[in-house]
Amino acid sequence: MASIISIQNLSKSYQRDSFEIPVLNNLSLEIEEGEFLALMGPSGSGKTTLLNLIAGIDKPSSGKLTVAGTDIAKLNESALAKWRSNNVGFIFQFYNLIPVLTAFENVELPLLLTNLSKAERKKRVELVLSVVGLTDRMYHYPKQLSGGQEQRVAIARAIVTDPTILVADEPTGDLDKNSANEVLTLLDRLNKEFKKTIVMVTHDPASAAKASVKRHLDKGDLV
Amino acid sequence: MKILKLIFKNTLRHKLRTTLTILGIAIAVIAFGILRTVVTAWHVGVDASAANRLITRQAVSFIFPLPVTYKEKIASVAGIEQVTFSTWFQGVYIDKNQFFTRMAVDHETFFSVYPEFLLTKEELENFKNERTATIIGADLAKTYNLSIGDVMTLEGDIYPGTWNFTVRGIYQPRDKATDGTMMAFRWDYVNERMQQEWPERANDVGWYIVKINDPNQAAEISTQIDALFLNSRAETKTETERAFAQGFLSSTSAIIDAMNLISFVIIGIIMLVLGNTMIMAARERTREYAVLKTLGFSAKHIVGLILGESLLISAIGSAIGLFFIYPLIEGIGQVIPKGFFPVFHVESITIVLAVSAAMMIGLIASIFPIQRALKTKIVDGFRFVG
Ligand SMILES: Nc1ncnc2c1ncn2[C@@H]1O[C@H](COP(=O)(O)OP(=O)(O)OP(=O)(O)O)[C@@H](O)[C@H]1O
Ligand SMILES: [Mg+2]
Repeated sequence: MASIISIQNLSKSYQRDSFEIPVLNNLSLEIEEGEFLALMGPSGSGKTTLLNLIAGIDKPSSGKLTVAGTDIAKLNESALAKWRSNNVGFIFQFYNLIPVLTAFENVELPLLLTNLSKAERKKRVELVLSVVGLTDRMYHYPKQLSGGQEQRVAIARAIVTDPTILVADEPTGDLDKNSANEVLTLLDRLNKEFKKTIVMVTHDPASAAKASVKRHLDKGDLV
Repeated sequence: MKILKLIFKNTLRHKLRTTLTILGIAIAVIAFGILRTVVTAWHVGVDASAANRLITRQAVSFIFPLPVTYKEKIASVAGIEQVTFSTWFQGVYIDKNQFFTRMAVDHETFFSVYPEFLLTKEELENFKNERTATIIGADLAKTYNLSIGDVMTLEGDIYPGTWNFTVRGIYQPRDKATDGTMMAFRWDYVNERMQQEWPERANDVGWYIVKINDPNQAAEISTQIDALFLNSRAETKTETERAFAQGFLSSTSAIIDAMNLISFVIIGIIMLVLGNTMIMAARERTREYAVLKTLGFSAKHIVGLILGESLLISAIGSAIGLFFIYPLIEGIGQVIPKGFFPVFHVESITIVLAVSAAMMIGLIASIFPIQRALKTKIVDGFRFVG
């Protein structure tokens, strides 16, 4: 199977005042199409940093980073934004829904950047909300939902554009066991049924157990 | 604009904060409108002055009179079309607190030098044919319910005695800048009585009004006129009507200048209020902007969200302000003494100024939060803890 994400000699450091903080050191990794990868490691090891680079919301300091056929390290700000909206679905630990928008409107948000008509958008939003099992919560606001439900809305928002890859940063980190299981089952289904490539950062071995591949990061190195 | 809905919803997020800001803008627009209206009303006297008219007055002060014999001499200067004169009469009509202008004028020439007072031929003829005739402004006629043929009785103060004048003409002001409350009667009639009752004050006029052919010659002609009377009993000072009006108003102009300044200070203050609201709002939404950017929304959208909200708030605020400004100005107009300001109404330029100032405020208040939202990197936005 072909690599959908190809990372070669990737390094990343942050500038804080006059200090240079190295986070990732010369890291290489191949992720195959359809893979469900769990990225594990202690706090501060650079998991989120690596995920952000893969997802194109941050830029590497050096190295080559090809995702879905595009060398994204070379894209400029606006090309990268367009690339993200076409290729990446994001799931965050704290859901990051817009509080003044309903579940429906939150899921519709990424579609506003497409040429889809209102009717087509509605059809798609309703479809993905049914996939995550929230058809009856369509017109609820985030604060009227439980954490697990909020995260499922966030997953619906992530898949509504039918992206090439899904990235999830500790998607169950803020959930109780049952809700966490629901979310993991959902991700597993998206991987198996819908053939989505998923990169998931997690602390939790039980969560990682759902993944097909596990990798560990420690102090910026893959082990 | 698919983000329009989000702009509206964002505006309603902190209802109290938004409401207070909107009220602040409304009050600022009202205060600005009232102050500007007073300032413009004050300056109407100056603005109404024509560029082709000069005023010749006594060199020391316009309170001192000039001999009526100067008329012919002034008229001899080249470039002058016509010379007329008038005298400040004052007196009391009905009650002391009436401020409208009462003047004795040269009946032959006054209204041709002041074409902004519109009269019919017949009215003008009647004025010239009857020594006790008076011509009054339409606004004055309306206030006192006066019509042609009515007699107005003035109790003289500068010119003592009881004076009866018969209304023979009611002029229409040519434009909004023209005083519609003036009362003019004949100088020769006043002078005739002075000759009998107080001869040493006879044959004097207040000031001359000189209509010139070419406004560009104003300075030259002024110098020539004043040269005629150098070293005479009453030296003159000639200046353009505009300069004269400004001098006349200068005693109170410090207050007017202050009001003028305050009207802009108000704009500045409310800019800070809205700026603060927008900065707080944008700061609270740092994470959301990071989410939107992550999803592929561009700078254009972020600008639209913040600027849109800021403009929406200032638009609602100024709409409310404008809604109240007309009745308020109307009310104030009722309370201040009649004729204190010849013209007191909301100028359209005031509305244009108020609205564009409000929109400018909306624009400027959003600059800083927009800058910050755009500058913040996505990863830093997610790490931001408000
Ligand atoms: N935007 C940033 N600016 C400066 N330093 C950063 C930034 N993002 C991350 N770092 C630093 O990089 C290191 C790795 O951070 P990262 O968030 O990738 O770790 P993590 O493995 O996701 O940890 P956790 O499990 O706690 O989420 C940390 O020392 C962190 O302080
Ligand atoms: Mg992390």
